[in-house]
Amino acid sequence: METQASNKTLHGVLAEFRNPKELLNAAETVNKNGYTDYDTFSPFPIHGMDKAMSLKKSKLGWIVFGHGLFGFFGGLAMITFMSVIDYPLNISGKTLWNVPAWIPVLFELTILFSAFGAVFGMFWLNGLPRFNHPLFNSERFKRATDDGFFLCIEASDPQFETEKVGQLLKNAGASAIEEVYDEEDEA
Amino acid sequence: MSKTYEYVHEPTLVKGDHDFKSITALITDINLRPTPKAWYAAFGVANLLLLVMLVSIAYLIWEGTGIWGLNTPANWGWAIVNFVWWVGIGHAGTLISAILFLFRQNWRTAINRFAEAMTIFAVMCAGIFPAIHVGRIWVIYWVFPLPNQMAMWPNFTSPLLWDVFAVGTYFTVSTLFWYVGLVPDLATVRDRIKNGIGKKLYGIFSLGWRGSNRQWWTYEKSYMILAGLATPLVLSVHSVVSFDFAVSVIPGWHTTIFPPYFVAGAIFSGFAMVLTLMIICRKIYKLEEIMTIDHMEKMNIILLVTGMMVGFAYLMEVFIAWYGGVEYEKAIFALRASGPYAWAYWLMIGCNVLSPQFFWVKKFRRHIGLTFVISIIVNIGMWFERFVIAVTSLSTDFLPSSWGYYTPTLWDVLTYVGTFGLFFTFFLLFLRFLPMVAVAEVKNVMPQADPHNYDEEGNYIAPKVEVPEPKRES
Repeated sequence: METQASNKTLHGVLAEFRNPKELLNAAETVNKNGYTDYDTFSPFPIHGMDKAMSLKKSKLGWIVFGHGLFGFFGGLAMITFMSVIDYPLNISGKTLWNVPAWIPVLFELTILFSAFGAVFGMFWLNGLPRFNHPLFNSERFKRATDDGFFLCIEASDPQFETEKVGQLLKNAGASAIEEVYDEEDEA
Repeated sequence: MSKTYEYVHEPTLVKGDHDFKSITALITDINLRPTPKAWYAAFGVANLLLLVMLVSIAYLIWEGTGIWGLNTPANWGWAIVNFVWWVGIGHAGTLISAILFLFRQNWRTAINRFAEAMTIFAVMCAGIFPAIHVGRIWVIYWVFPLPNQMAMWPNFTSPLLWDVFAVGTYFTVSTLFWYVGLVPDLATVRDRIKNGIGKKLYGIFSLGWRGSNRQWWTYEKSYMILAGLATPLVLSVHSVVSFDFAVSVIPGWHTTIFPPYFVAGAIFSGFAMVLTLMIICRKIYKLEEIMTIDHMEKMNIILLVTGMMVGFAYLMEVFIAWYGGVEYEKAIFALRASGPYAWAYWLMIGCNVLSPQFFWVKKFRRHIGLTFVISIIVNIGMWFERFVIAVTSLSTDFLPSSWGYYTPTLWDVLTYVGTFGLFFTFFLLFLRFLPMVAVAEVKNVMPQADPHNYDEEGNYIAPKVEVPEPKRES
């Protein structure tokens, strides 16, 4: 392995695996060895990977629920203000607070805001959008969106030692291993 | 019973000898290759039609809705027919992307991307009609809950206002859902494209997606929730569209069967449109191994089922009119079948109820040419269904002395034809610049994606897909 250049900070060690099965096994090994700052990369979600990595349940459901509640009660408050308080609208003599007739609008607003929560909440939880990422410095990593299966143990992990991590990944069956640096050195 | 049959495996979804790399290449190379000449030709035609639409709309705004064939008693004509028709077409995209996802129908992955694109563009075409037929389009913002010079707010108890919210939400959620699905595939194009500007643009729109499993974890959750939200949404949208009619007191409109009947019809026409587009695209872009004959057969079965549901609704309408005993209600159904618009009624029955009956036969379901023809016939039929509903009830309502025959003008026709220009302009741009099949999702349903299909040494073992022998009980 190359030695670390002075003006680059190490992001982590990236290992490539041949297929989903080997990546899954490697993730299990890394997880069992007590690493926390690591991630696997694949062109599609791999069945069973969440278990192998012991990922916690996503908080997204609660975000969506909150948005949905806002959509419903916000809509109810809006229509009440508009049709009952600000400009009472007499429609064929029916009661002003005519909630049953508002259900279509309330339903649509609930769905609309829930969907906002589901989409933007997901992007937020995933740390997207972002302009760049150290991993994009790796030429090999381009295949993560095509047919490459990668595992990266990050330098921020408390147990991280370049040599040890490299050995662990090699033993786990990696077909290629490289160190990924945070900044590309122009000079 | 002498024989019992066990679970029969689905045929493989992706035909041919493909691995992940060749799938990526097969789909995204379409975006990376130089633009084909035929694309420019098609785009030119679509642009011309779009121009026709823009001119028709400009003249409409200049002159007023008098240029259309609308007049008392038929004050709703082609505009509303086209609106309902286009919205209905959109519904198949959401059905494929959301409902089939919840039902774990993996075959949807081959067609969901462009069916969703079709949804978005169809809803755009649909939205134009109610917007321009308001007459004074410069105060169209009155339909939104925005402060205006009258110090009034919209009437939230009106079905037309419900429509604004339903179609608006539908368009927004469909676009978001589509975009969420696109992000990983845009990242794929980003990582393969050589062109500098292209790399930047795909880079921006893929938001820095890395395909990390921690990202996929939330992503899949989000996709599932969106599918769960889009499912009731799509059912509600056409229900609300049907309320435009059903909440009135016009004979032939004031019926409780309208919401489910409209939804079934929407899915029916939408699937027909997906088939029309799919049969052309798979040929031109050589995607026969992804959009297979098996897919076409499944869609034809849906066409048959929804066609029968629509046929059932036609029957029930007539039955309830008779059973309900209201004179005007009975009269309108008699007039539909034998009155001035009988030609449209029987055209509708022929196209929507009779033409899908071919699909009882497996050979016909798997016949590309026949499917293509029927998919177009169905959409003609579904246009006439909305025409029959909207026009007959108005032109022959309660008082025979006020009856009148409605005919469209040239401007009605040009506006409608023009919306195809809008649709195909966007659709061609989509085909050119975005991956038309969900690359990541197709990979995910390939047997190579399942870690169970590998042995201890990590070598791929293709799963045996065979029909099990029937068990014999003595």
